[in-house]
Amino acid sequence: MTHVGYLVAGWGSAFLIIGIYTWVLIQRGNRLAKRVPVEKQRWMSARDEAERIGDA
Amino acid sequence: MLSDVLLIAGKDLRVELRSRIALNQVVPFALLVLVLFGVALDADSSTLATFTPGLYWVAVVLAALLAVHRSVSLEDGDGADEGLLMSGLHPASVFLGKAVALIAELLLLALVLLGGVLILYGAPVDDVTLLLLTTVAAVIGVGAAGTLYGALLSGQRARETILPILLLPVLAPVVIGASRAFGDAMGSVATDGWSWLLSLTGFAMLYLAVGSVAHGALMEEA
Amino acid sequence: MTTTQEAVETGRFDTATGSRTTRMLGWALSIGLIVLLWLAFIATDPDIRIDAASGDEIGQFDAVRLIYVHVPMAIVAYTAFTVTAIGSVMVLLRRSVWWDLVAGASAEIGAVASALTLITGSIWGRPIWNTYWRWDDVRLMTTLVLFMLALGYLAVRRLEGSAESRARRAAIVGILLVINSIIVNRSVEWWASQTLHQQSTITDAAIEDLTLFTFMYAIVFGLAGYVWLLIKGFRVAWLERQNERFGLVEALEQRRAEAERTDAVNAAVDTGTGDQS
Repeated sequence: MTHVGYLVAGWGSAFLIIGIYTWVLIQRGNRLAKRVPVEKQRWMSARDEAERIGDA
Repeated sequence: MLSDVLLIAGKDLRVELRSRIALNQVVPFALLVLVLFGVALDADSSTLATFTPGLYWVAVVLAALLAVHRSVSLEDGDGADEGLLMSGLHPASVFLGKAVALIAELLLLALVLLGGVLILYGAPVDDVTLLLLTTVAAVIGVGAAGTLYGALLSGQRARETILPILLLPVLAPVVIGASRAFGDAMGSVATDGWSWLLSLTGFAMLYLAVGSVAHGALMEEA
Repeated sequence: MTTTQEAVETGRFDTATGSRTTRMLGWALSIGLIVLLWLAFIATDPDIRIDAASGDEIGQFDAVRLIYVHVPMAIVAYTAFTVTAIGSVMVLLRRSVWWDLVAGASAEIGAVASALTLITGSIWGRPIWNTYWRWDDVRLMTTLVLFMLALGYLAVRRLEGSAESRARRAAIVGILLVINSIIVNRSVEWWASQTLHQQSTITDAAIEDLTLFTFMYAIVFGLAGYVWLLIKGFRVAWLERQNERFGLVEALEQRRAEAERTDAVNAAVDTGTGDQS
């Protein structure tokens, strides 16, 4: 196989960066979920209170 | 409508005439950038003459960031933004007024800098008309986009740091276009400067229009 | 949404950002990734052609395998920014909270994907074009400026102010994202009027069936991954919003614990039994 270094660098950077982003995203979600009451955590069940921007 | 625009523009320009911020701080800054380019490039006059168009427009855009910042901060203190809202002026008039004032200041800046590069860098000029028209069109584009993005960040403490990352990519096409047109006018780039001038005019018109529309949504929210 | 108690009893507990949908999609993506790697590295042949005139071997050789990650990234990035722009329009037209959160989550993914488009593209360009970067290439420059514009958009989303004010400002920047990238695209096109990119790689009849299939599969896989990240990102963005509005659970408990401690100390001081040093 030719260009092994380039292949490792290209695919590796894709895995690494997407992996880090996904991990950070999930951590952010877990941290926030501890602070929000369970019944308000999901759009499907809590959205009625905020249908439009500014209707806080 | 026109009188409202002139009212706002007059207000900003009067503040500038009294404070002289643009004249005493922004213009010297831009000249310093030119001098730094000269020093950094080893004061090689042939290099400087070749790259004058690009260096000139980078200097203008960097200085424009400061001018935009100044223009927005006029509305920051003492509830000035509420004052504008209460004045009952149409948001588009307010936008155009502020843009006209900023453009007037930037035009002054651009002309001083133009003198600077002609003297310091020894750039030749083939086509004065193209040079001046390009300056006007590009400055209107920079002023219009700057006013819009400045208004987006009004009242934000982090404005100094966010404005450059928002505005510089937006102004990249102006730097491309104006540098090419200048290159043609100075005889250093073989390109059709007049068609670049046309696209710069398009950019300026677009941003004046978009800004006038978007400013309504921005003022409403305040 | 079930309460914690019910969830534990029924065994159908949703985690912070996970649900049946994302878990199933996640499993499908994991299997799909293995298939993608098999297709990209084992099943497909390297790009080797014989030059008709000289009889030499020409082509991209194994570097062509970078295309299977580069092109899907580019398509995900442009899809993501399109969704952001649509969401921004909906925010201004309908004050839609849902679209605001979708626009924000999508722009984050778009920023990641466009950065990776540039990175993988540069790494591919080095052996094939003999340079990491070309200034006069339209797609390179457009993607680069779009990436920087996206960073600006994300910065605007983090501004101070009311949720409404932030949503509105972000929506304007989100719409300008599209206008600006079109302007950049046009201006670089005029500037360079040449591109190193192959114009019609996909429709090129020379591409073998399996290579073409891998290419298409990689794009579908990338878009599925985008959907998974978008659902997760939306849920995180919603939690962020809810945290701003109702995120008092933790703070209240801390306050209560603090008050109890102070009360205890005061009581001890009053009765003269406390440590007064």
